[in-house]
Amino acid sequence: MTTAAGTPSDRSVLPVTERYTVLGWLRRNLFSDLFNSLLTIVAIGFVIFIARLLLRWAFVNAEWGVIPANFNLIMRGQYPSAEAWRLWLIIHLLGAVVGMMWRLISGQFSGAARVLVAIPFVLMLIPFFAMETRLNLLITAAASGVGYLFAGSLYIQRRGRATAYLLLVYLVVMLILLRGAGADEGLMPPVQPILWGGLLLSLLLAFFGITLSFPLGVLLALGRQSKLPAIRVISVVYIEFIRGVPLISLLFMGQVMLQLFLPDGFPLVDRVLRALVAITLFSAAYTAENVRGGLQSISRGQYEAAQALGLSTFQSTIHIILPQALRAVIPVLVGQFISLFKDTTLVALVGIFDLLGIARTIIANPDWLGTQPEVFAFIAVLFWIFSYSMSYASRRIEQRLGVGER
Amino acid sequence: MKGMRKLKKAGMILSMVVGMIIAACMSPAAGPEVVESDEAAAPAMQEVQSTLSIVQERGKLVCIGNAQLPGFGFLDSEGNFSGFDVDYCRAIAAAIFGDANALEVRPATAKERFTILSSGEGDVIIRNTTWTMSRDTDLGMNFGPTTFYDGQGLMVRKESGVATLQDLQGASVCVVTGTTTELNLADQFAAAGVDYEAVVFEDFDQSFTAYDEGRCDAVTTDKSSLVSRQTTLTVPADHVIINVTLSKEPLGPAVRHGDDQWFDIVNWVVYATMLAEEHGISSQNVDSFMDSNDPNIRKLLGLEGDFCAKIGLSNAGCFVDVIKQLGNYAEIYDRNLGPDTVFDLPRGLNSLYTDGGILYAPPIR
Repeated sequence: MTTAAGTPSDRSVLPVTERYTVLGWLRRNLFSDLFNSLLTIVAIGFVIFIARLLLRWAFVNAEWGVIPANFNLIMRGQYPSAEAWRLWLIIHLLGAVVGMMWRLISGQFSGAARVLVAIPFVLMLIPFFAMETRLNLLITAAASGVGYLFAGSLYIQRRGRATAYLLLVYLVVMLILLRGAGADEGLMPPVQPILWGGLLLSLLLAFFGITLSFPLGVLLALGRQSKLPAIRVISVVYIEFIRGVPLISLLFMGQVMLQLFLPDGFPLVDRVLRALVAITLFSAAYTAENVRGGLQSISRGQYEAAQALGLSTFQSTIHIILPQALRAVIPVLVGQFISLFKDTTLVALVGIFDLLGIARTIIANPDWLGTQPEVFAFIAVLFWIFSYSMSYASRRIEQRLGVGER
Repeated sequence: MKGMRKLKKAGMILSMVVGMIIAACMSPAAGPEVVESDEAAAPAMQEVQSTLSIVQERGKLVCIGNAQLPGFGFLDSEGNFSGFDVDYCRAIAAAIFGDANALEVRPATAKERFTILSSGEGDVIIRNTTWTMSRDTDLGMNFGPTTFYDGQGLMVRKESGVATLQDLQGASVCVVTGTTTELNLADQFAAAGVDYEAVVFEDFDQSFTAYDEGRCDAVTTDKSSLVSRQTTLTVPADHVIINVTLSKEPLGPAVRHGDDQWFDIVNWVVYATMLAEEHGISSQNVDSFMDSNDPNIRKLLGLEGDFCAKIGLSNAGCFVDVIKQLGNYAEIYDRNLGPDTVFDLPRGLNSLYTDGGILYAPPIR
């Protein structure tokens, strides 16, 4: 008790030199009294014990050879090697788009752009990459530079809007490159989505799951608040039905039962698309509930003020209500999107080779028996990198938008 | 009213899905629930077109397989499906199209495989599927010739030198409780008059971890599963699966009821690989048999009798394509499970009847 009460005053009398030294910090925070000192020592011992076990495994026992040997599989699944150049082109174009965005919306984006442009250089340090891979990474970095210069040479007035169009065009080009077109012997033979796999598929499922479920979720949230009974009931039933069912059951239904309900002779819907639809429908219901929280946090005054200005319901929703409501729920939404990203691994249970599915088949390869810990550790790190990036980016956006401040 | 009906329908679908998931999570005792959903779905699947013509129109075979069972089905580092079961998928594709790669493997879990087959999304199941009476009848499956006679096996440490049940006198055996595995173990050891101590666990993982830690002298489950589980042990090479079989698990291809021509194709492709081994024909030497005078060989290789036409295939050398591209039974077995692989699984029952096994293919004539 005495220490708790005494700490602040103790600190205030410490001389400046001691207040900010490492020793001073240690004494105050880790060794302030006998009990805390004991606790610190025990905790340090425990951490060292665990870390030693982990490090010994990672550097002595683990057979990391499984990762380079199956790296292509982990990255792109069964996507044909002969068509891998299309994936690289997608990455190069992404580099160019990042470069252009850096120039177009420099104020808000330059920090992120610096990090993104640095990524190819960091990846080049990975020891087992082939020369070809490094060359491709170099091209990506160069593409960013070209994009930056190119955007600088343009005269564009509405830069925000130009960026939005740029991203839209990029998405379309990306899908065409991925999917291919024309004859089987042509320049870009079609690659069935079921052959997309590994990290590529996990990212695609997460990205399209998020971007498609978000507008749907916002509409559902607005629908739930609507004064029109039909829309409200439909929204409520939809949200509550989906939230009452586990995602895996939706996936099972899409994969196994959908074909039973469709009329005979109906063409097979691609299985990856079915999984994506299930993920989107599922995520939309949760997005709706999160957005509803934001909508309900807007005070009545805002609605009334918008009305007093003569704005229609549509206008006030778009310009007054939604921007504030969404801003308020960014942390919740990002949390949900991160969990959606991780939930995409459930598709591994219905025979689709996402990151987890690929990991499970790699450990079934007789050449790499007994490498479960290495493979799963590696994909865990991949997941962590992407999840943490999302959470870090969201924190930066929150800071910029001043969430939590009025 | 319409909304109510929709809700009801949604409820029905929901209950079916939930039933499936429960079934997927439970032991084979939960089977009937899957059966119900299959029965409900069956009337919608009145097939007019023959499976063969659907497959030919599509240009590839869709084989319901496994992607996570070492030796039987997995993706190799280049992203190609590989394994014992996958090779039989490829054999059927080779017979139909003359190209073993005209194939799509549709990975499926143990419980969804039958639903996928009945819904018409796959043409044949080759996924370490045990031929049982209820599957053959209630589920509406037709089982082709057994490609792999599995059975409950025992894994021991190499250094123990155990080779037979008698050697396990007084040994402790790790086993999962509440399964047929546990019952088989008790029955077989009692029949052999061998005393043992069962160390029971709730699931396979615990059972194998305990064995790995040395808490028991042996561990038991299905042999093909032992093979895959062996890989999870600390030093897989220190352990061996002994040549003793405690139960019957005939694994083979399965097709839908009601298309006998398709069933015949699957049957005779499998038989052809066994007959090829019987006659000493392999992927290496098949060409040298093309001028053979043995009528059995001539019929197998499509040199007389036109037997491929009898199963609806226009390619007279349909079995030649199978042998050339996949090889005979022994080649398929050795490539995936044989002495040159990490498994080194003894053939045991999976030898030809002439070598003391029970592979006995009917003659082509």
